Amino acid sequence: MTRIFACHTGIGPIVSGEALVAADNFSARYDLDRIKGVFSRPQHLLFGQSYKDKILVLNTAKGGVATAWMLHEMVARGVAPKALILNSANTILAQGAAMANMTLVDRFLDGDITKLIKTGQMITVNPQAGNIQIVSS
Amino acid sequence: MRLTDEEEAMLAGDMGPHVQWAIDHQIKIGTFFDAADMVPVSQAHMMADPESFGDAGAAFMEDIASGKSKVVIPMITDPRGVDLSYYRPLGQTEEMASLERRFITACETIGIMMTNTCINYQTVMPPVFGDHVAYGDTGVVIYSNSVCGARSNFEGGPSALAAGLTGRTPRYGLHLEQNRTATRRYRVTTQPKELTDWGVLGAVIGRKAGSYWEVPVIAGLDHAPTSDEIKHFGAAMASYGSTPLFHIVGITPEAPTIEAVGGTGLLEEKITAAEIAALRDSFAGHGDQLDVVVLAAPQLSLVEMREAASHCAGRHVKKPLIVCTSPQVYGDATRMGFVGTIEDAGGTVLQGTCFYNQYAREIGEANGWVNLLSNSAKIVNILGGYGYRPALASMQDCIEAAIEGKMA
Repeated sequence: MTRIFACHTGIGPIVSGEALVAADNFSARYDLDRIKGVFSRPQHLLFGQSYKDKILVLNTAKGGVATAWMLHEMVARGVAPKALILNSANTILAQGAAMANMTLVDRFLDGDITKLIKTGQMITVNPQAGNIQIVSS
Repeated sequence: MRLTDEEEAMLAGDMGPHVQWAIDHQIKIGTFFDAADMVPVSQAHMMADPESFGDAGAAFMEDIASGKSKVVIPMITDPRGVDLSYYRPLGQTEEMASLERRFITACETIGIMMTNTCINYQTVMPPVFGDHVAYGDTGVVIYSNSVCGARSNFEGGPSALAAGLTGRTPRYGLHLEQNRTATRRYRVTTQPKELTDWGVLGAVIGRKAGSYWEVPVIAGLDHAPTSDEIKHFGAAMASYGSTPLFHIVGITPEAPTIEAVGGTGLLEEKITAAEIAALRDSFAGHGDQLDVVVLAAPQLSLVEMREAASHCAGRHVKKPLIVCTSPQVYGDATRMGFVGTIEDAGGTVLQGTCFYNQYAREIGEANGWVNLLSNSAKIVNILGGYGYRPALASMQDCIEAAIEGKMA
């Protein structure tokens, strides 16, 4: 059965892909080895996992402003997530997504999105409609 | 969003394709955050280091510079990623330096002033109370909002650039009074004594607050901090919590009282000695092995440079000691002999950079640096993801460790 979760209107194109989920926060500077395309911060719940072409589902942003440039740089090299889904984005993630034309949505009506989606599920993100669909488990 | 006639003209391309890109970018952000309109800003400050922007970002800036558009407000820059007068000894490559040169040339072409500093509020032009600005670097933003009473969101490099080109930014977040009231209330029970204590306290509060949209109000401090102390406090809070604004009752300008920031009804949480100790313990070092000592993040003020020099005077380091300061401070610190004293002790003073945005992973691998010691609660938070095992100590203990050649 398809499940739909409503959220605030987002940024970027409609995309579909495999979810990679953690109840953790996100900074491209703090958490990633952007050359290898993996989470490199030992304390991160996704440490060691590849984020390339995944739809990342996380709680919120942390840290600095570098992510705004970094998302653009990651997309240009083709080693980037397909989309970011967050409970709450900060200004930097929104700015970075707009610069990179990367899909970003946040502010869900149904609660903590990191608990509503599971790693490995195929999902479709529609930022203009303001929703995500789980298309297969 | 409601646009003025001038903004509509920008969007239509009447002022060229790069201003059109800028206003379109800002409308996307404004729409995402439900901004009603734009707000004029008096300054912009852009974070951009080559590790972050890469070849794609350099090409983007070169395209902007190829047109006729110039920045329309005073626009300055955050630290560079390559000190072009000292990069080969760090293990940085010509490719890294080339990216940096390309970006600098493009910035200068469109009228950006290359201040290369994250302490512009101490050295260049502090914003004033109520001043709307578009600042990058989280430490700059949190200081400007909290200590100066200015109005800024975290503006990443592209958005700061857009603000420079249009002279405005979407009116959302901390440009709105209702988002500046306190949402979390804390009481300090252990008084911070020196810079690292202030950084640790800021880190604990940032981690507890945990979101860009929370505004901590803090009581219980028995004295006003110095500019450097509150600089470390804010920079750490912003790093651990993505926090852009705090209030300290009786100290920061928007919080003469707890009532003034709407904090009366908030449940007060104590910042305990155990929480302070736990954060310090997480950066306690791993045995005696020490590879490099770094004083940076934020760049050192003139007063901090004097202190660093005083600990170095007549001594000699056994392990690399790297000190990052702004070009503005560097000139005075050289004239006053502080740079010479640090260098005579075997230390290295870099100007216009900050260690963590200098290709930290690559320079660590090139030099075999893993066990890093710093007095910055911010930098030890960042560098774990870059392959370091960072440890935290006071400035004096950091320099003593470099001299002794082992962890403090």
